[in-house]
Amino acid sequence: MSTDAIALPGTGMASRPLVDTLHGWVTTVDHKRLGILYIGYALVFLVIGGIEAGIMRIQLIHAHNDFISPQVFNRMFTMHGTTMIFFVAMPLVFGFANYLVPLMIGARDMAFPRLNAFSFWLTAFGGLLLYFSLVGANGLYGAGNAPDVGWFAYAPLTSKTFSVGHSTDFWTLGLLVSGFGSIGTAINILTTILCMRCPGMALGKMPLLVWLNFVMSGMVILAVSPLTAAQLMLMVDRYLGGHFFDTQAGGSAVIWMHFFWIFGHPEVYVLVIPAFAFASEIIPVFSRKPIFGYPVMVAATICIGFIGMSVWAHHMFTVGMSSNANTFFVLSTMAIAVPTGIKIFNWLATMWGGKIEFTTPMLFCVGFLFQFLIAGLTGIMLSAAPFDWQLGNSYFVVAHFHYVIVGGILFTVFGAFYYWFPKMSGKMCNETLGKVHFWLFLIGFHLTFDFMHVPGLLGMPRRIYTYEPGRGWDVWNLIVTIGVVFQGLGTIVFITNLLWSYFTGETAGSDPWDAWTLEWSTLSPPPVYNFASIPEIKSRRPLWDLKHPADPDWKYE
Amino acid sequence: MSPTNIFAPVSTPAQSIFGLSLFVLVVTAAIFVVVFTLLGYAVVKFRRRTSDDGREPPQVYGSNQVEIAWTVIPVLIVVALFMATARVIADVQKAFPSTNAIEVVAIGHQFWWEYRYPGLNVVTANELHVPVSDTDHPTPTFIKLLSADTDHSFWVPRLAGKTDLIPNHPNSMWIDPHETGLYLGQCAQYCGTQHAKMLLRVYVQSHEDFNRWIQEQGKPAVVSDAASQGKRVFETTACTNCHTVAGTTAKGRFGPDLTHLMSRDTIAAGAASNTPENLRLWIRNPEAIKPGSLMPAMQLNEQQLDTVTAYLETLR
Repeated sequence: MSTDAIALPGTGMASRPLVDTLHGWVTTVDHKRLGILYIGYALVFLVIGGIEAGIMRIQLIHAHNDFISPQVFNRMFTMHGTTMIFFVAMPLVFGFANYLVPLMIGARDMAFPRLNAFSFWLTAFGGLLLYFSLVGANGLYGAGNAPDVGWFAYAPLTSKTFSVGHSTDFWTLGLLVSGFGSIGTAINILTTILCMRCPGMALGKMPLLVWLNFVMSGMVILAVSPLTAAQLMLMVDRYLGGHFFDTQAGGSAVIWMHFFWIFGHPEVYVLVIPAFAFASEIIPVFSRKPIFGYPVMVAATICIGFIGMSVWAHHMFTVGMSSNANTFFVLSTMAIAVPTGIKIFNWLATMWGGKIEFTTPMLFCVGFLFQFLIAGLTGIMLSAAPFDWQLGNSYFVVAHFHYVIVGGILFTVFGAFYYWFPKMSGKMCNETLGKVHFWLFLIGFHLTFDFMHVPGLLGMPRRIYTYEPGRGWDVWNLIVTIGVVFQGLGTIVFITNLLWSYFTGETAGSDPWDAWTLEWSTLSPPPVYNFASIPEIKSRRPLWDLKHPADPDWKYE
Repeated sequence: MSPTNIFAPVSTPAQSIFGLSLFVLVVTAAIFVVVFTLLGYAVVKFRRRTSDDGREPPQVYGSNQVEIAWTVIPVLIVVALFMATARVIADVQKAFPSTNAIEVVAIGHQFWWEYRYPGLNVVTANELHVPVSDTDHPTPTFIKLLSADTDHSFWVPRLAGKTDLIPNHPNSMWIDPHETGLYLGQCAQYCGTQHAKMLLRVYVQSHEDFNRWIQEQGKPAVVSDAASQGKRVFETTACTNCHTVAGTTAKGRFGPDLTHLMSRDTIAAGAASNTPENLRLWIRNPEAIKPGSLMPAMQLNEQQLDTVTAYLETLR
């Protein structure tokens, strides 16, 4: 085991002219810089997507509100959904995977550094292409160039007949381009994990984060490909006279739904598995115990990967599938609760008997555990097809998937920010600001998304720009909107904390959390080559072995 | 109480769903209580104390016994939930029309509902009338769901779960409301600009009232001489391209049938109540009531507006 990373001085970035620095970032093929680019890009879009959500919430604050027109509202929810999934969540996932996977397996870079840069810039330009729709022609109030077909863009609303102009094309091309970026990065992560592990790191000795990103990347390849195919077919329909989804010429609207959801549901796992990965690294370190049941955690993840590919049509319980098809997708969807439950129990057992330190990253992960439990249980409700006939496409569903994506994924991503920020920047995050961020966001999250379930139970469908008075929806929508204020304040504290800590934070040192995986064995921030000499490991916790030579892990694994 | 509460069912499909939902809620609530308590206990009990000696806790790597336990128990729970769910799916989806069932064809349009009663020679819009179905006279209504343009979804929460209306993909659903009254709902699949104001109104009537309604709806329009001026305006402008008034030259199919317009409580798919003022405003400037609706402003002068409104007021 070699951790004597040579303390070479940095490359002296600060003294170089700005244009050189920028040039360095634009032309970089370093996995760490690309990771940070992905993350920074996602943060910008997170703010944009959040503003779009805020605009919608102002409009829905009471019945018959007149803040924005229906046309603008429809564009807002389309842009909000598309942005948050494709240009916030995916880049965050890929950013952290890019940064962490090579460091955690003791490699000096990804397998294909140039493909890595290419994939990032594809994603980046995909997002710009989507937003170019806003300024590209007549703008928000003009003939309408922001897409307004919803983030799953059901046919035939996307056909030439119902979507005149080019808004749908911006949506299609933006996703097509970024989709190729996603596939490129997924191939890169898979290859890196398979081929670049340091000596001693058998598959069974990889950190869980690496295992989970491996499964995630496999799912990206399987799930994004059909979406890309569907986008091409849509382009053929719109410009080359195809009739795949053109119902007026005998095409099928249902086929689009299948194409979209065989991407769309695995996509949920593509996003949540990396969230599990963060929790699986952070919870053990701050409980001071190894992850409970490592082989079972790996098996459960692979299980989720496989079952997750066969549940897509639970998004389609109301489209009139046969009762046999409905029953099959009920079973597959409910089955996925089992490996997911196993994961929650293993995290619980990891904390059990430990000495839990409530640092900011751990707070976010504990919040995740409680919230993901609730998200899973509302998921079970939705998986019961008849119950879904009532709940589907209502605000209950909106609340459910925001519980998964915000309460589950975003909370662990915030945890990951606080946990790895010292490694990425060399500075500690401010703990007080971190805790203010946590509590503000927790309050905001629960005000918004707990109460959002209720109007769904009272019959409020999603994607409506206004609603009738007297339905009993007003007060709930008011509370939901108030929660957004707290979430917004929390996000401002978060961004402030990142900037403040970057410039004035305490020096972190290479291993501020007394952690056990390889990224903590090198400098903070790591040198370009990551490790002065390639480490060699014997167990899943190489730094534990190093710190406890009398009682190393490899004697027990 | 909300008129669209899913937990206040008055029709068999909604009641079956309600029963299942209670079972699912009880099971999930039990899981929630157990796991939440365990998590809460762990978080409080195992936090690092200020008196901590700084030593690492015992390093436990796993246990096959407990892994098996928390795999098998969830599997059993899933089996129970699945069986209960499969049964309700079959109950609701495999029902077929009895001889005394009413058949209705519902056609979704951007952004209104067309209802046709095959065999009864009735065509109407936006306000569905069905007979009450009590134990003495079980008269369920089977609704065939079609779409003229994009996807829509028929959702009246107190009567049944939602089913989508998809072009080129006929669907069906059924209801058998046990109590008379007005039941509300709205389109539940995003269908374009005015998805929000594509409201559903289902009038459940006693058998006598329903039969009377059917008879009246089957008659052609009767026009009094007083309204003939407005009738001329109606028939000589673009109104007839989209609207039908049975017994006249107006035979358009793109918009709602207006033969018995005044028998309805609302216009614009429930967006406004059917008053002369609203009707006049709707003809003059639909954007004022429903921005993005496909009804164009008819560019009539004030006098034409008055006479057309007066004519429409006679369509009872």
